Amino acid sequence: MDTDNIISVQGVSKNFPGVRALSDVSLDIKKGEVHVLVGENGAGKSTLIKILCGIYSPDSGTVYLDGAPYNPENPRAAMEAGIRVVYQEFNLLSYLSVAENIFFDKLPLKGIIVDKKKLYADTADVLKRVGLDVDPSVPVELLGVAQMQLVEIAKAISSRCRVLILDEPTATLSPSEISRLFDIIRVEKQQGLTVIYISHHLNEIYEIGDRVTVLRNGEFVGTRNTGEIEIRQIVSMMVGRQMDSEYPFMDEPRPLDAPLLEVRGLRIAASKHEISFVLKKGEILGIAGLVGSKRTETARAIFGADSKLGGQVLLNGAELDIKSPKDAVGHGICLLTEDRKSQGLILDMQVDSNVSLAALDKVSHRGLINHGEERRHAIHFTDELGIKTPSVAQFARNLSGGNQQKVVLAKWIFRDTKILIFDEPTRGIDVGAKYEIYLLLWRLLAEGKGILIISSDLNELMGICHRIIVFSEGQVAGEVLRPDFQQEHILRYAYRVS
Amino acid sequence: MDTKKIAYLLLNEAGIGIVLFALCLLFSLFVPAFASMNNISNIFTQISINTVIAVGMTFVILLGGIDLSVGSVLALCTILAGLTITKESLPLSAAIVLSVIVSMAAGMACGLFNGWVSERWKIHPFVVTLGMLNIARGAVLQVSNSRTIYSFPKEFNAVGTVSYFGIPLIFVVAVLLVLFGHFILKKTVFGRMIYAIGNNEEAVRLSGHNVKFYKVAAFVICGATVGLAAILYMLRLNIASPILGNGFELSAIAAVVIGGTSMSGGKGSLIGTLLGAAIIGVLNNGLLLVGMGDFARQMVTGIIIVAAVVLDTYRAKVSRMLI
Ligand SMILES: Nc1ncnc2c1ncn2[C@@H]1O[C@H](COP(=O)(O)OP(=O)(O)OP(=O)(O)O)[C@@H](O)[C@H]1O
Ligand SMILES: [Mg+2]
Repeated sequence: MDTDNIISVQGVSKNFPGVRALSDVSLDIKKGEVHVLVGENGAGKSTLIKILCGIYSPDSGTVYLDGAPYNPENPRAAMEAGIRVVYQEFNLLSYLSVAENIFFDKLPLKGIIVDKKKLYADTADVLKRVGLDVDPSVPVELLGVAQMQLVEIAKAISSRCRVLILDEPTATLSPSEISRLFDIIRVEKQQGLTVIYISHHLNEIYEIGDRVTVLRNGEFVGTRNTGEIEIRQIVSMMVGRQMDSEYPFMDEPRPLDAPLLEVRGLRIAASKHEISFVLKKGEILGIAGLVGSKRTETARAIFGADSKLGGQVLLNGAELDIKSPKDAVGHGICLLTEDRKSQGLILDMQVDSNVSLAALDKVSHRGLINHGEERRHAIHFTDELGIKTPSVAQFARNLSGGNQQKVVLAKWIFRDTKILIFDEPTRGIDVGAKYEIYLLLWRLLAEGKGILIISSDLNELMGICHRIIVFSEGQVAGEVLRPDFQQEHILRYAYRVS
Repeated sequence: MDTKKIAYLLLNEAGIGIVLFALCLLFSLFVPAFASMNNISNIFTQISINTVIAVGMTFVILLGGIDLSVGSVLALCTILAGLTITKESLPLSAAIVLSVIVSMAAGMACGLFNGWVSERWKIHPFVVTLGMLNIARGAVLQVSNSRTIYSFPKEFNAVGTVSYFGIPLIFVVAVLLVLFGHFILKKTVFGRMIYAIGNNEEAVRLSGHNVKFYKVAAFVICGATVGLAAILYMLRLNIASPILGNGFELSAIAAVVIGGTSMSGGKGSLIGTLLGAAIIGVLNNGLLLVGMGDFARQMVTGIIIVAAVVLDTYRAKVSRMLI
């Protein structure tokens, strides 16, 4: 056994009913390295992680920690062995404060009472390390997704840990937060931390990774030094074929000039500014901005998920009266929310029920559900979007993160609204599948729909949008047309100090 | 793997069925009177009313709610129906039909109040229905002047004793209601929404549905089943009284929970509820035949309820891990 290795996985397999999630996987993690794990949705990355941290135990094979067999009974045991994980899906207790979440297992006590002062001071320290500027006493439910992500990271590094595992930590972070995260990782690494890092943003491999391992369909494909492999090669190892570009070529079906959706002077809670913009027929309009720039809040207000304080929403020139998501859907507007687990999916229902959740009228007659029809539509979408599942009768909970996201997409595409508002639609989706989704979006455009996309991935916005508007502190700070798409340009608006 | 599958099955309806079967077998072996035609018919009669109420309760609990008011609402329904049926100015058949309508309408009105108030002001149904428990009880004592009505027409009373091959009519009604409810829950859009909301209300709302409507509707359904149960009660015991129905909510909730419906909503079925009601009925009947007193039997029922809830958490865990 190589003594450089902190973790060594030998011939590990794991089966679920109808799925071989891991098949004879072997790989080594060296002490003090940042090891990146990549692979398509459902390749088995999260399953491998869950074995390392004691949630599943392998059906066969052995894991070694420091050369000794390691088979943690439960997550607690893994934590005690110094292995900490930030999961793909959030695990925060939303009613508790940021501080209580971070120090949940080890609240500082004064006698039998929690020492609030020390708790908040300690929390402030860790928050500074991850560069998150929130009050430690704020309940987590009031935070945005990206802020929650940082709280998760803070929680993981708040106690001494030897191996930090990050499962898609950057899926919702904006560029500045990502580079902040990388700084944190570099600092911690210098102090001897080993990091296992999972991401679908392949360019990050070079920024942060020392070595990269590719999994495909539950099998180990290979491990390489990041200096010795190009992105192209990694992609072809992942998907098993060549892929020339991340974004399909945009053969301009130019958006029509007719405005489809018009937002005029929209006012939302917690912002004093008015928001106005126009989405044209056949257009993909991107909304860029930093975390906290009120992009999600704006989308929710348009959709009627939260109440708006003022302003108008017009569809084809006629003002809409939207008081609830039901009204919005009735008028042909949908919103794909950023948090799939709590707002998008019904985890304990089957894939087909989730797909038809917003379009039950299409699979029912006089209130009776036609289960055969429902199944047929669900199968159509699992094929079209490449949702990897043994059957559409699988519970959504058992799908991999990226595949769950595709189910939420399927739900809205099945509803077939005129206007699609997508908040981080490709969060956690692999490169190959993203490409397919972009193609699908363009097919939808050809039908005269309008698509509004909020994304923290600037490259994605620049790759697929006709036009991008940039939000800054709750207002539209600027607009950039496709010929002028440039990262600096967009970021300048985003960072605009008002 | 196979043992795991078996474990999973045992924790679901099949498991409840097996427990019921085992109980019956046990009692038949040790208490000769238990398996007599007469006694079985008795059990059917005894569980009918609880089953009917538990059907409505299942809808409410599937949405993560609870209805504590069913007992006193039932009393209110019997009195209102009793007053209608004994009105001499009405022809007999009209009086009977009208009394059924009055009873159901009263139950549904109380359900509407429960559902609407808890939705409108976002108050947990536990509190609202606790209030309703007292409102309905006060109202019925007021309306009836605390008097019991038992001078029903004999044609009406006769229906209560009808049975086919030892199966009482009111039990047939209860089973038909269970099957009808089961159909609603499993085959209709309405039922799908009940399960979906019980699992993730916010996701359903954001999918463009009127969640409030369904939540209020579940309470109205529960009220309707209470109204129906009130008529069955009058058929069976030939009285309408302002003081009956005490503790009915607990038996109904027990049937639902023992039947495998999760108190946090989203999981469960009416077949389970029927089996749950049967388990309670068989236990009560069998233990009585063994000679166990009222108090001891109540304790046993309590223990069964706790065991069912413990089993529920275990069921969730196991099914999540295995299937
Ligand atoms: N508890 C489970 N029950 C059944 N199948 C499961 C379960 N967990 C994972 N799977 C299946 O195992 C396979 C691997 O899943 P895993 O979550 O490891 O994928 P992943 O590589 O993390 O994908 P993603 O990039 O989408 O997060 C998938 O096909 C998934 O459906
Ligand atoms: Mg994953």
